[in-house]
Amino acid sequence: MSPWLIVILVGIGTYLTRLSFIGILGDREIPTYVERPLRLVAPAVLAAIAVPALVARQGEVFVSVDNLRLLAGIVAMAVAWKSRSIGWTIGVGMVSLWILDWLL
Amino acid sequence: MSATPRQRFIEGSKAVSPILLGAIPFGLVIGVSVAATPINNWVGWATSIIVFAGAAQVAVIELIGTEALAAVAIATPLIINLRHAMYSAAMAPYFGKLSRTDRLWLPYLLTDQAFVISASRYEPDSDPTTVKWFYLGTAITLWIPWQIATIVGILVGAEIPSEWSLDFAIALVFLGLLAPAVHSRPSAVAAIVGGVVAVLSLDLPNGTGIIVASLAGVAAGTIADWRLSR
Repeated sequence: MSPWLIVILVGIGTYLTRLSFIGILGDREIPTYVERPLRLVAPAVLAAIAVPALVARQGEVFVSVDNLRLLAGIVAMAVAWKSRSIGWTIGVGMVSLWILDWLL
Repeated sequence: MSATPRQRFIEGSKAVSPILLGAIPFGLVIGVSVAATPINNWVGWATSIIVFAGAAQVAVIELIGTEALAAVAIATPLIINLRHAMYSAAMAPYFGKLSRTDRLWLPYLLTDQAFVISASRYEPDSDPTTVKWFYLGTAITLWIPWQIATIVGILVGAEIPSEWSLDFAIALVFLGLLAPAVHSRPSAVAAIVGGVVAVLSLDLPNGTGIIVASLAGVAAGTIADWRLSR
């Protein structure tokens, strides 16, 4: 499928999600059994993307002190936890990777 | 006496401006990740206009770049964006006061930040001028720098050699978003199970493991939620 079509479909889907209650479902409450799982979607998906990016390389699990991305990722995770700021997380994570790369 | 649209717009714009300190670097990183992955620059930049939601943009850019299955490249960002339905529900009582046209186009600009700032400003008796123009003040103050930051990121990123490993910033975006999303025991369970299952399903083709892992994480977190709340 063309990348353009993928992006357009994601855009339409995102717009419809934003429109959902405002434009279609109107002024009604989300039932609890929908809302509570909905709140868990973000942590589940974000971890499902972030964790393999740190512990795997080219589709293989690579847990080792030679995995600099894992080491830098652990530093970044600590910063993310403390600061709750994306800017600091990215900044410290990138600099950690560069320093490790230079040292080792 | 009620305020003018202009006053409300400026008020919204001022309220959201501290958040730009976080949004602009994020927009830059999205541009850089476009430059660091094989995706066409125009398509990558268009995500800022067409999707306008950071984490989902990074996901679709990454998945198109790694030639994931189209269904996965579409489903993953949409799952990430499901949270907007919660914002839509919270805004619906206020937006119900606006015209049909406004109700159709204003949601396009509904982001995490515009939601948080507007929802904390609104009161049950807020007049339609406040509802519309305060929100527009927050949303447009985010939209314009976002578009510019993405372009600057693509231009700067293209000049940076690959030894700088800028593609690592993509993983860091998700780590940075993950920390504040884990704020309760069920959310910690969802994250741990999502992460572990994603690693276990690395062999699944074309990124489908992300979907499997996300569903497993949400299911495990929901079970934890039931158990803890009874």
